[in-house]
Amino acid sequence: MFKNLMSWIEYRLPFMEKMNLHVMQYPAPKNFNFWYFFGSLAMLVLVNQILTGIWLTMNYVPSADGAFASVEYIMRDVDYGWLLRYMHSTGASAFFVVVYLHMLRGMMYGSYQKPRELLWIFGMLIFLVLMAEAFMGYLLPWGQMSFWGAQVIIGIFGTIPFIGEDLTLWIRGDYVISGATLNRFFALHVIALPLVLVILVFLHIMALHEVGSNNPDGIEIKKDNDGTVEQTEADKKFTFHQYFTRGGKKIIVDAIPFHPYYTVKDMVGVAGFLLVFAWVIFFFPEGGGFFLEPPNFEPANPLKTPAHIAPVWYFTPFYAILRAIPHPFMGAVAMFAAILALALLPWLDRGKVRSVRYRSSLHKINLVNFCVSFVALGVLGVLPATPTYTLLSQTFSFTYFGFFVLLFFYSKNEATKPLPVRLT
Amino acid sequence: MSNAPVDQGRRRFLTIATSVVGGVGAVGAAVPFIASWNPSEKAKQAGAAVSADISKLEPGQLIRVEWRGKPVWIVKRPQAMLEALANHEDKLRDPESVVPQQPAYAQNRHRSKKPEIFVAVGICTHLGCSPSYLPDDFSAQVEGVSSGFFCPCHGSKFDMAGRVFQSVPAPSNLQIPPYMYVDDNTIVIGEDEGTV
Repeated sequence: MFKNLMSWIEYRLPFMEKMNLHVMQYPAPKNFNFWYFFGSLAMLVLVNQILTGIWLTMNYVPSADGAFASVEYIMRDVDYGWLLRYMHSTGASAFFVVVYLHMLRGMMYGSYQKPRELLWIFGMLIFLVLMAEAFMGYLLPWGQMSFWGAQVIIGIFGTIPFIGEDLTLWIRGDYVISGATLNRFFALHVIALPLVLVILVFLHIMALHEVGSNNPDGIEIKKDNDGTVEQTEADKKFTFHQYFTRGGKKIIVDAIPFHPYYTVKDMVGVAGFLLVFAWVIFFFPEGGGFFLEPPNFEPANPLKTPAHIAPVWYFTPFYAILRAIPHPFMGAVAMFAAILALALLPWLDRGKVRSVRYRSSLHKINLVNFCVSFVALGVLGVLPATPTYTLLSQTFSFTYFGFFVLLFFYSKNEATKPLPVRLT
Repeated sequence: MSNAPVDQGRRRFLTIATSVVGGVGAVGAAVPFIASWNPSEKAKQAGAAVSADISKLEPGQLIRVEWRGKPVWIVKRPQAMLEALANHEDKLRDPESVVPQQPAYAQNRHRSKKPEIFVAVGICTHLGCSPSYLPDDFSAQVEGVSSGFFCPCHGSKFDMAGRVFQSVPAPSNLQIPPYMYVDDNTIVIGEDEGTV
């Protein structure tokens, strides 16, 4: 009876077939390390944000008069409202933690290289939408930092020559940031951008499954079936979907099915993540003023600028680049260039060897340079702009872009180590 | 089904014609979505001029008036402050106020209609924060200049005529709004003789 029902459905909507293709018979390299947790963790955080977000809208009032009070109402009077809000606000920071680590993983193992360029581009689009989503969400509590942070970021668009002034007026819908701005940001934050985000995540995963997952060795697990490739006993144990063998033209080695092997492994990652996540939510929800900034516990006041304005920590590396350049429009251009440079990595890196394991020491040093510059810019972005810090920001902006320039030149003829034939 | 050969030229024409008409329709349909983001009539009303009473302003005092949601400063500058404006012009980016950040009547050293009354939009020209008024201890920011405005966001500095100092993020002098005196004690901000 049940079996008949299942095949009745399967005939009309091949659900099991797609599950096999993407989960049960999806070949994943067998050597994923902990760096491979962060993709699934990003999905988990996305679900957390959507769920807690929907519940927050049930009590949130999107208006200049009601927003701040309604957030306090959620915190004090709604049963478990404080928990839902802290899950959402901590989730925003967690999202960027896992996404930054996920991106670093891609950079270390060359996961952006051919044929995964489009996959990387979708990832960068997700990152962009995520930043827009976080920025608009931060305005909604209508605190001092919400207001003045938005003032600064919308001001960035005002630096564009000729159209800047009118563009900011159009974005705000008023001569200043007002209820009109708050309401449109609310609409974009809860409906438009989450929809875009979910669609992009879907495309990201589809693009991933088409070209297959990269791995810490950066070599392909789908070999041309030209008679030279021998499968081991372990390889023969698993059945993968025929889509991936391209009707026998490809032979798959050193792979394991995504389910149950990586679903179970990812659960370990989820458990570890939730441990830290819950600890922050319950004992450290403001993140020491980095997840929720102190001035944001004061309602927005257009006539009073807080003494020190810093964006939330996940924007600070790019913000430091913006501030490092004395010309406002060029600063904005440099900031967007910093993101664009990342998106162009598949073409800036002209190397053929993917993984940092088999690349030159120069590349290893350069990758460390990138990480140090990024973190240093992040720290400088929260500090006030003194002449010393500005000089440091300029230095690290230089080394940040230096990573990409150096990479472009040495990657063409890089002294790499020989690649293994099979996964190690 | 007809077996007549496909007229490719005709098919191409129909495809292009349909795309063009559909495209025009899509552009037309986008207009209300984009235009609805403009300031509403209500927001435009709220952007109207405001008046301020300056009869009780003490020398050296700064009052803030809200115009279009922005803080507008009105400062009564004592004679010493006005005279000091000439002393640091070599440290300014635009001492002559060449950049059109003010109505023509405020393009002078004191950047105002009446020398002692300074009216300016209290928003930093860098990224829109509101600078702090330091009437006595500005010399910590610029040596030898005792009063001025300091922006806490990114460290931009302005003198008592809202003129920007060199080597700070702000590119231009503070904006001077259009304003006029209705009588000696009342200023209207947001319109002047030219706009009425």
